[in-house]
Amino acid sequence: MSASPLIEISDLRIRFHGDDGRVTHAVDGVDLSVANGATLGLVGESGCGKSVTSLAIMGLLPKQSAEISGAIRFDGFDLLKTPAQTLRDLRGNRLAMIFQEPMTSLNPSFTIGDQVIETILRHRGGSRKSARERAIELLRRVHIPSPERRIDEYPHKLSGGMRQRVMIAMALACDPRLLIADEPTTALDVTLQAQILELMRELKAASGAAIILITHDLGVVAEVCDEVAVMYAGAIVERAPVDELFSAPQHPYTVGLLGSIPRLDQRAEQLATIEGMVPNMAQPPAGCRFAARCPFVLDACTKAPPPLIEVSPGHLSRCIRAPLELLVS
Amino acid sequence: MTALLEVEGLVKHFVAERSLFGRALAHVKAVDGVSFSLEAGKTLALVGESGCGKSTVSRLVLRLIEPDAGTVRFDGRDLLSLDAGGLRAFRREAQIIFQDPYASLNPRMTVGQILTEPLALHELVPATRRAERVAELLRLVGLEPRLARRYPHEFSGGQRQRIAIARALAVEPKLIICDEPVSALDVSIRSQILNLLRALQDRLGLAYIFVSHDLAVVKHIADHVAVMNLGQIVETAEADALFAAPRHPYSRALLSAIPVPKPRAKSSRIVLQGEIPSALNPPRGCRFHTRCPYVIERCRTEMPQLVPDGTGHATACHRTSELPSSAAIVPMDGGFSPVLEKLVAAFSGGPEAARGGGVSSVGEPPAQG
Repeated sequence: MSASPLIEISDLRIRFHGDDGRVTHAVDGVDLSVANGATLGLVGESGCGKSVTSLAIMGLLPKQSAEISGAIRFDGFDLLKTPAQTLRDLRGNRLAMIFQEPMTSLNPSFTIGDQVIETILRHRGGSRKSARERAIELLRRVHIPSPERRIDEYPHKLSGGMRQRVMIAMALACDPRLLIADEPTTALDVTLQAQILELMRELKAASGAAIILITHDLGVVAEVCDEVAVMYAGAIVERAPVDELFSAPQHPYTVGLLGSIPRLDQRAEQLATIEGMVPNMAQPPAGCRFAARCPFVLDACTKAPPPLIEVSPGHLSRCIRAPLELLVS
Repeated sequence: MTALLEVEGLVKHFVAERSLFGRALAHVKAVDGVSFSLEAGKTLALVGESGCGKSTVSRLVLRLIEPDAGTVRFDGRDLLSLDAGGLRAFRREAQIIFQDPYASLNPRMTVGQILTEPLALHELVPATRRAERVAELLRLVGLEPRLARRYPHEFSGGQRQRIAIARALAVEPKLIICDEPVSALDVSIRSQILNLLRALQDRLGLAYIFVSHDLAVVKHIADHVAVMNLGQIVETAEADALFAAPRHPYSRALLSAIPVPKPRAKSSRIVLQGEIPSALNPPRGCRFHTRCPYVIERCRTEMPQLVPDGTGHATACHRTSELPSSAAIVPMDGGFSPVLEKLVAAFSGGPEAARGGGVSSVGEPPAQG
């Protein structure tokens, strides 16, 4: 990546203080950057910290219970030190987010037009009439049929796929530089998922916005991402260009994930499984967090946390046994 | 060969709206003339989009809801004519596991109580031997017997799904209906449950009806697949034949849309335009015609019948013989790269691979973990 990144996260740490005094290390030293126009896939299983990372970027974590340190540089700002007022100007404007649940992220008591127009008026001003025209244009861009009519409907009248389109239209209302999509197609059928992925690709090509796509579906990642970061127990364990991640992964966790998805081209009798459980993040282990579940574990793995090493240009792995191909040749 | 389950012309219309005097004004045609059969020890997958009626079919087969028309024969018996006693006996032979392992276990009962209940209810095992049987069931699904004293909230999603499977197995059924059994689970846990289901089938000769919207999972687990659209089966075939060359335009679109874990995979994806029509008011003629890229005039007026081709592959489309070849429609993921193949083999065969969990532990007491 030659150009300077659009967003650069360095040493992001997020701890949650529970009511019972327990401290959960949800995110522990994450470094990430995304260039203009690139799509980064953030992959991991439930509880690995991928959604919390995205909420930190948006400044949406509760101030009382979340303790955040590190830096998130975006467009000349450090988002963690930006006053709330400025952050509100950025959100929905240059920074936008779409969520997994299109059913719950729209307000049921306002028409979809009201909700799209509100975003435009808040950030762009102008008359309500011109905002309405822009809203219709946006709905058309996300391929909602007869948008002039649909704009006055309430969310309950729309199907899941249509609601997700409205969410995308709202996110695009002010031409964001960065779009964070948190499991945007997980709740949708495979035919609708194909439509939404197609739409995201199309919009990215048209607007040049960068996208952070959060998902647990490696098929979706392979389809739309340029680069992938794999998270496990609050840390990034591998980062690679998409082709390399799928052909020569360098972290055992990634190997396990890739082995556990059923393939269309080969009928394996058995799928790979990752035995054991995710460590308790209230008391993270001293060494590598994956050590207890890793078949390639050495004594040294449990002693100290492994550093993120560059296995090949642009391909990073947090495993002291990388490059892994040496283990099988 | 006689089938374990034979379903013929199953119909279920739900009343969506009533008049002031209780007269039905509108019906949702959830299931509209569905027929299929399933042999013992085999897996039939029902696939289709949300609202296509696949879950309703699975509940009709168990008579959890009563059909409006049609017959269901299980092991030669007509299920719809069974009285309460006969139905209860039938429930010993067919069980169901659900998508949400958090909602399907009673939070106030221990795992031991949950598993003892069916044993007591059907008077399968004398009271003195029940604890022993519970331990056996837990071992069968790869859990330690000492966990019987715990409550559901102490388990992860994957472990709860194992408990739900153990409960279904308690009555030694011949058929288990799996309604989206892995959809709520993480990728690595999903593979454990799929391996377990398959190992149990081999060991106990179970038949499965597997309801899922995840087509890669279906390809992995099913022998036979029925594709449903708006309450009707539009295509049914051996899984391998269907995935090699789907015939119905809807199956083509569905299978071509599978995202595969291979960057820059060659794809001839058919992205369907338009909305799924409402089951409240399904289109006349072929129910897929509003979204079909191959639609002709006949499709708008005449409903196509499911026509078998003699090799066990049946399609409900007027234009089956005229459509272009579909050989390259299902995206190819090319399998693993040579390096990844070795890595996955090493990952699965590593020193800890023999430890509890997947298939390897079925039937053997898992080690303390």
